[in-house]
Amino acid sequence: MIRFIAVRLLRAMITIFAVVTFAFVVLRMSGDPAQVMLGPDVPQEAVDAFRRSWGLDQPLWIQYVAYIKSIFTGDFGVSMRDKASALDLVLQRLPATLQLTLPALLLKLVFGIPAGVYAALHRQSFADRGVILLAVLGFTIPSFVMGLLLVLIFAVILGVLPSGGQDTWMHGILPTVTMSIGGIGILARFSRSAMIEVMGQPYIRTASAKGLKWGDVVWNHALPNAAVPIVTIVGFMVGSLIAGAVVVESIFSWPGIGRLLIVSVSNRDLAVVQCILLIIAAAMVVSNLVVDLLYGWLDPRLRSNAAH
Amino acid sequence: MDRASSNLVELRDLKVAFDGVQVLHGIDLNVGRGEAVGLVGESGCGKSVTWLAALGLLPGKASVSGSVQLDGQELAGGPREAFERVRGGRIAMIFQDPSSSLNPVLRIGRQIVEALSLHRGLRGDAAKREALRLLDMVGIPDARRRFDLYPHEFSGGQCQRLMIAMALAGEPDLLIADEPTTALDATIQAQILDLLIQLRAETGMATVFISHDLGAVSQVCERVCVMYAGRIVEQGSVAQLFSEPRHPYTRGLFDAIPRIDGPRQRLIPIPGTVPNPKHLPEGCSFQPRCFRAVEACRSERPSLETSADGRQLACFRPVPANGPVETRTRMTEDMLQ
Repeated sequence: MIRFIAVRLLRAMITIFAVVTFAFVVLRMSGDPAQVMLGPDVPQEAVDAFRRSWGLDQPLWIQYVAYIKSIFTGDFGVSMRDKASALDLVLQRLPATLQLTLPALLLKLVFGIPAGVYAALHRQSFADRGVILLAVLGFTIPSFVMGLLLVLIFAVILGVLPSGGQDTWMHGILPTVTMSIGGIGILARFSRSAMIEVMGQPYIRTASAKGLKWGDVVWNHALPNAAVPIVTIVGFMVGSLIAGAVVVESIFSWPGIGRLLIVSVSNRDLAVVQCILLIIAAAMVVSNLVVDLLYGWLDPRLRSNAAH
Repeated sequence: MDRASSNLVELRDLKVAFDGVQVLHGIDLNVGRGEAVGLVGESGCGKSVTWLAALGLLPGKASVSGSVQLDGQELAGGPREAFERVRGGRIAMIFQDPSSSLNPVLRIGRQIVEALSLHRGLRGDAAKREALRLLDMVGIPDARRRFDLYPHEFSGGQCQRLMIAMALAGEPDLLIADEPTTALDATIQAQILDLLIQLRAETGMATVFISHDLGAVSQVCERVCVMYAGRIVEQGSVAQLFSEPRHPYTRGLFDAIPRIDGPRQRLIPIPGTVPNPKHLPEGCSFQPRCFRAVEACRSERPSLETSADGRQLACFRPVPANGPVETRTRMTEDMLQ
């Protein structure tokens, strides 16, 4: 078990390292922060001074080594724009993002899983077809279209909800709903197919042959087996709690990490972008690790495989 | 009424269709109290479907008609609850693939205790004691230590023993064993058969033994039904069928078994394959593969007739009693060419 976790942790470290490296290189090759920050018409001396002060005149590999070193000391750099600690800037925005993503995750779980399970248990019924249709619509309509559509209906036509900003809890409704719809669709589909698969297994027939009531067969015998694929998807959703709101935050002018990311990328604010990507990667990797551990808890067969 | 009280289970004209394709064409079958009946036939002939249908265990897309009576009480067409009351407690069933028939994520102790609390109201320590007794009874060594293990930590044969223990938990009047040994090694097969025989002797429960293994059927059962393409084609006591199989299909099944005693002989396979239920041949379903088929067999279907000795047979030209083997052999070989 310890070996299992150690291997996973090592793998997680490698993943994060790869993301950090990739972000570092791509950001430096895709544009010059000095040009963006200072504007097009500044004298060359000012550009050179800017570069020197941020260490951008150094060879790339020296910058990289310095960056990696500073990460290990907990220093994620300073924003070129606000001259503040990049980490502080990002962490200031975190609560706003979680205000959207956590309720959205809750909506996904509460609506997606039961809808999928219900559809699976009433296969080919009207309800099943309805769930499939809505699920496909839900996850094929891009969130920027869905967001604008909801704004059109609830803010413009009906005028019952605000279209942007973060002033009251009412402002959170449209972005949260926009963000959850795709996830509800995905979870509904996965739960449905997982349950259909499980309900066709011999042990479900055994449970029925035993005399168990239908509800007990579903609840005690089918759902625990369908949990593994569902947990996989939920794990991805948890992993994207931080990064999942980029588009929606932009549509609804929500001051979260997603909007900070977009602004920082267009400003080539290197330290902030790198810090956000690092946190996103870490969140994804940690949730994957937790999912791996959950597999073992949910399915004893995987537990003994991991031990060997 | 008299008849109803003498038989535990009576199936009348039981029919099953999947997506409009008829796979069971009207099965009439009685199982007496404490009796052991064998159901024999090739894969896909409807042996298992018969009993899954009788217990309402077929998936929703199957349409079932006919009558299923338990102690004179009609089950077929009734609500799901009626079946749920019967399953496990009155009629228990074990299956072909024991390893995948146990829930992989639940401890085996819990799976057995679940049946005990459902049918006998046992809880806690009492349930565990009884479960351990059952595990001991079906021959799981070191049951106390292995009570909290999962199914994948047991071998196939042991899983079948666990399935049997779970089936016994409801103290059923009838155990339906659906090819319980097919997926197991030969030595384990014999152990499971012995266990079934012994348990029936100890508990007095009736047994329906579904198999394509005639040898196993002869060990376990008193009466045998031979099924072909969704119908019973011959039925009689083990002694009757084994000494004098009359239906050419039954005869074919015997000729396809190797014998350890007697002179070395070529096995005689039944030519052809089981017909597709979508396109059953005209007349008798077995007629295209039958070495005794005549013109009448191709146009009309023989019905199941009961003869004076109690044997039931559906054939226009049955194998003559004590008929010469040689004739049949030569004819089959002609057909094979």
